[in-house]
Amino acid sequence: MKNGSIITIESLIKSFPIGGGEFTALNGISLNFEKGEFSGIVGPSGSGKTTLLNILGSLDSPTKGQTIVLGTASDQMSPRVAAMLRKKHIGFIFQTYNLMPVYTVFENVEFPLLLLKTPAAERKKAVLEALEWVGLTDKIKSKPPQLSGGESQRVAIARAMVKKPDLVLADEPTANLDAENSHHILQTMEKLNKELQTTFVFATHDEKVIGYLRRIIRLEDGKVVSDENIKK
Amino acid sequence: MIAFKLAYKNLIGAGLRTLLIVFVLSLAYVLIIYMNGIYQGWDRQARIETIAWEVAEGQYWQSEYDPYDAMTLTDAHAPVPAALEASASEGKAVPILITQATIYPEGRMMGAMLKGIDTRQKILSIPTNILDPDSEEITAIVGTRLAKSAGLEIGDYLLVRWRDVHGTFDASDVKIAGIFKTAVPAVDQGQVWIPLTTLQKLTGMPGEASLVVVDKSPGEGVTISGWDFKGHDFLFKALEEMIKTKTVGGSVFYLIILALALLAIFDTQVLSIFRRQREIGTYIAMGMTRKQVVGIFTVEGGMHAILAVMLGALYGFPLLLWTTKTGIKMPEGTDDFGMAAAEHMYPYYSLALIIGTIVLVMIATTIVSYMPSRKISKMNPNDAIRGKII
Repeated sequence: MKNGSIITIESLIKSFPIGGGEFTALNGISLNFEKGEFSGIVGPSGSGKTTLLNILGSLDSPTKGQTIVLGTASDQMSPRVAAMLRKKHIGFIFQTYNLMPVYTVFENVEFPLLLLKTPAAERKKAVLEALEWVGLTDKIKSKPPQLSGGESQRVAIARAMVKKPDLVLADEPTANLDAENSHHILQTMEKLNKELQTTFVFATHDEKVIGYLRRIIRLEDGKVVSDENIKK
Repeated sequence: MIAFKLAYKNLIGAGLRTLLIVFVLSLAYVLIIYMNGIYQGWDRQARIETIAWEVAEGQYWQSEYDPYDAMTLTDAHAPVPAALEASASEGKAVPILITQATIYPEGRMMGAMLKGIDTRQKILSIPTNILDPDSEEITAIVGTRLAKSAGLEIGDYLLVRWRDVHGTFDASDVKIAGIFKTAVPAVDQGQVWIPLTTLQKLTGMPGEASLVVVDKSPGEGVTISGWDFKGHDFLFKALEEMIKTKTVGGSVFYLIILALALLAIFDTQVLSIFRRQREIGTYIAMGMTRKQVVGIFTVEGGMHAILAVMLGALYGFPLLLWTTKTGIKMPEGTDDFGMAAAEHMYPYYSLALIIGTIVLVMIATTIVSYMPSRKISKMNPNDAIRGKII
């Protein structure tokens, strides 16, 4: 692992059994992500973006090669260690928001802190702070079905950020949003990235998202075809 | 603690579905407790009545005596042993002599048991003080069942025929001095009670008895030659068997209700896991292990049982309390089974019954909730997050 890097990927291969054969979703990927990056894995559907993101988030494991995420190598990662890594250090933002429908906005954002057994007073403070970042302090008692798509995704961002993770993985976060909401969400995430030095890795093919990225890694057929830093 | 909090929120969030399941489950609780309460109450009441009217703290049987074999009765008599005779004179034992007889009420012929009992006894509730051993007439008392079936009233004369110790038939009129009411059929149906000394004289068996009822168990190792002590364990065996048979028969009813509730929980769990895949995937993504998620869903299903206890207590407690106060009227002829049955049965809900029922239903609910939840441990979190069908 290089100095300052929080993710190192070496010769990563991921394949899935399909029918009698095998489908290789990621083929020999080697990458390095450093703290505070605002980067994206970009490519068409089926290029392997989500698969790579899932491996980075320890939701999946490589078939061959190795990943080192926040100092933990994939070959040492038991389900318990992986769960602990996600619980403490990784936040997820999904395309479909994945909020718990029976909980209020406050309770949804509070959930990661409950898992971390954070004391109640600290929890309340952190949840209100996170909701302030995304501008939803007036919706704390609302439930997800009462929110718009943009508001739901902002709750999801607050939920991912409330524990101040080292890494946030966002899979097509704007796919279900209109342009205005997409920009609002991305500006929020960009602001949090700068203020908290949280590393953001996106999987996307949305041009609006790409416009905000400071590093663009293009994937095609499971291979990295380009990796460029954008000066902003 | 998180599991309970989440489970509670999800159950409340499910609204009407939860309410219906919880209601059916609470019915199962109340019915199990109610029906077992009836059997326990019956058992308890039958024991109390049988002790009061028939067996006291135990009986010494003459070694030939077998109440279930009428052929033994001819020989089932012997002089009352000195130790028991002494107890009897102190009022601590009651010798009873039994012989087969035939009674002729209104010209009809009926089989009966002629029983001689010490008229001074106070151990049994049979009103023997009505009997007069010194009267020139033979005085007798009978229970209401025999009085009804034979059409007898106080003051009536009843022709009774018996055989003496030599096998010679003899007959005489007895005067019905009293009719008593008891819940114990064994001291009533076909039983004619006369003074012990009178029966001993009529049968030519002076100082003899077939059994001796005592007010205190003799304890381990105390034996009397030619007489066998029968304690409560033995004397209530038939009653226990009867209650057990009735309990098993009655349990079918509430087991159906319980099965319906468990089936509803199982169904809800399967549906819930199918519908909430995204939520399951999100739990895992946020750092829960699969085991923890299985735990959440199991607790959620099991929590139906906790809510059902609360709901059941809400309407069941006053209802069950009311039945213990007013009792349940037993149908006519219930005592034809041969076991003591009063007109009103008072259910008895022991703490062990209530706790046992709660534990039983909770364990059953938890198992039923766990079974479908195991599927989560085989779920791919990536597919679950995207809500792909399992």
